[in-house]
Amino acid sequence: MSTSQIHIKPKRFILFELLNRLGNNEALIGYLFILPSLIGFAIFFAYPAVRAVYISFLDWNLLTDAKYVGLENYQTLFDDKRFWDSLQVTVLYVLWNIPLQTVLAIFMAVMLERFSTITSSIMRGVMILPWLMPNVVVALLWLWILDPSIGLMNEFLKAVGIGRQPFMGSPDQAIQSIAGINIWRHVGYTSILVFAGLKTIPKSLYEAAAMDGADDLMQFRKITLPLLRPVLVFVLVTSVIGSFQVFDTVAVTTGGGPAGSTRVIIYYIYQQVFERRIKMGMATAASVVLFSILITVTIVQMRLLRSGESDLADYQ
Amino acid sequence: MTITQQAMGIQSPKQTRVRGGQILSYLVLLALFFITLFPFWWVLRTALTSPASVFSHTSSLTPVNPTTQNFERVLGLVDTEDLVGDGVVTSYMSTATLDFWVFLRNSFIVAGTITLGQTFFSSMAAYAFARIKFPLRDTIFFIYLTGLMIPSIVLFIPNFVFIRELDWIGTYQGIIAPTFLMTPFAVFFMRQFFLGLNRDLEEAAIIDGATRIGLFWRIALPLVKGPLLTLAILTFIGSWNEYLWPLLVGRDEHVRVLTVALGIFREQTPQGAPDWAGLMAGTAVSIVPAIVIFIFFGRKVVDSIQFSGFK
Repeated sequence: MSTSQIHIKPKRFILFELLNRLGNNEALIGYLFILPSLIGFAIFFAYPAVRAVYISFLDWNLLTDAKYVGLENYQTLFDDKRFWDSLQVTVLYVLWNIPLQTVLAIFMAVMLERFSTITSSIMRGVMILPWLMPNVVVALLWLWILDPSIGLMNEFLKAVGIGRQPFMGSPDQAIQSIAGINIWRHVGYTSILVFAGLKTIPKSLYEAAAMDGADDLMQFRKITLPLLRPVLVFVLVTSVIGSFQVFDTVAVTTGGGPAGSTRVIIYYIYQQVFERRIKMGMATAASVVLFSILITVTIVQMRLLRSGESDLADYQ
Repeated sequence: MTITQQAMGIQSPKQTRVRGGQILSYLVLLALFFITLFPFWWVLRTALTSPASVFSHTSSLTPVNPTTQNFERVLGLVDTEDLVGDGVVTSYMSTATLDFWVFLRNSFIVAGTITLGQTFFSSMAAYAFARIKFPLRDTIFFIYLTGLMIPSIVLFIPNFVFIRELDWIGTYQGIIAPTFLMTPFAVFFMRQFFLGLNRDLEEAAIIDGATRIGLFWRIALPLVKGPLLTLAILTFIGSWNEYLWPLLVGRDEHVRVLTVALGIFREQTPQGAPDWAGLMAGTAVSIVPAIVIFIFFGRKVVDSIQFSGFK
């Protein structure tokens, strides 16, 4: 930077002017630029992350003084059948949600690739629409369509001879219904990600494979899937993390019922804070456990999917 | 050969197969179109149907006894007490206080303020991380990135406690504060674009005597207008759709946002026979902004998703 600055342009902002006067100290200016974000990060990200762990060691109902109880909350948590049930429900939800959503998304993305640019572009636009809607809206909309007594879906199922289903009214179908609702909201978004991945695969590979007599299915298995891996890692890791944290849909549709069959982990935590006796310690302890589960699941996924490598080099 | 075949109206078996495949994929495409869009029509048709007919005509694909009364009801244009007096209200209707105008306004205030603050302050930080040299720069940026991995529920509870200590429960600032100054994603997103800018322009400006702030405001920021708008759209949609956080700190009616209002409306509606017509009218009102964004910026949103897959 030059030491003697010639101010050609008029300064509109007094604050900026002041900042300029502070000199041309790059470091100082750098810190001033990140200062607002640093404050935001410190207060609402770093501090609460640390404080969550601290609160998990307290017996605290917000109204009376907190008492330090060490690991007691974790002990109580691990002894609570409802906690284990909620973990089981969450895993069940993830297992219904992710595989189906990912396979459908890949299928849709491959289909999109086959259409003309315009068709595929319009279709991608339409597919994104559910994702733009609030979870609450999507949940209400499907709660209505899947209503056991007068919902449209049952009218349809009756008409085609399948017969009425209880959907969210029955413990046997509730979590599957919620998984289905969220697949509807997310599958378009996911397939757009996959579609972007497909675009990175060189066309020449397919041409060469076709010359060697490989049919569509073979090309998909030997070229598309392996080369799509980096994108699939991203899709799977992020969607699994999101899936474990499902809350809005459950809160609006079933409220954890019937008979606890949809009480997912975040809903369990929410109930610790709001519905029963307030137990801040238990709630944060459960959230810390969820965090550790997510880290573990992510690391395992990265290992299994060999996320660091790409197969493209093998083909060139 | 092929030309002759076509001229003679003969198709080789291969061509027929391709056609068949094409028809099939168009059918699938049509199905996708229908599955995605039909539920939105169903919301509208229910919202336009009179509350009693919702229960008597369960499978009519068009509104039955069409009425705009449900919309007037949720927008607080008619007094529900009057409707009870006039005998218009049946047991199918919720008489809960509905004032979606207020909730709509609150959603705009909350999402708008967060969007302005977050995009501006995050861009400032992103510029510094991309272009200015200062001690610990990369360490601080790395620490920001670890923030991306923390599940929001872990932060929500201590943040709720903190907002409560500030006595900000039931205020706009309580709902807005946590994401007003930054999110790790916003900083990360903008930094990518600042990194990609050509340095020549900036160097020329420095020779002309421009200051760092001038460089940021007059040169760098205008060059990343596109991504900035994308970030603003994504932030707005995200804040507009958020449910759990405003549910924790903003249940009070005067700051209640649309998502929370819909959740509470649903809680209050009679269990056996929910006020579906009213609920769907409220739902229809809440999706209008998303539709507007979709019409004007759908292309941008799709592009930004495609980008996000590649960091």
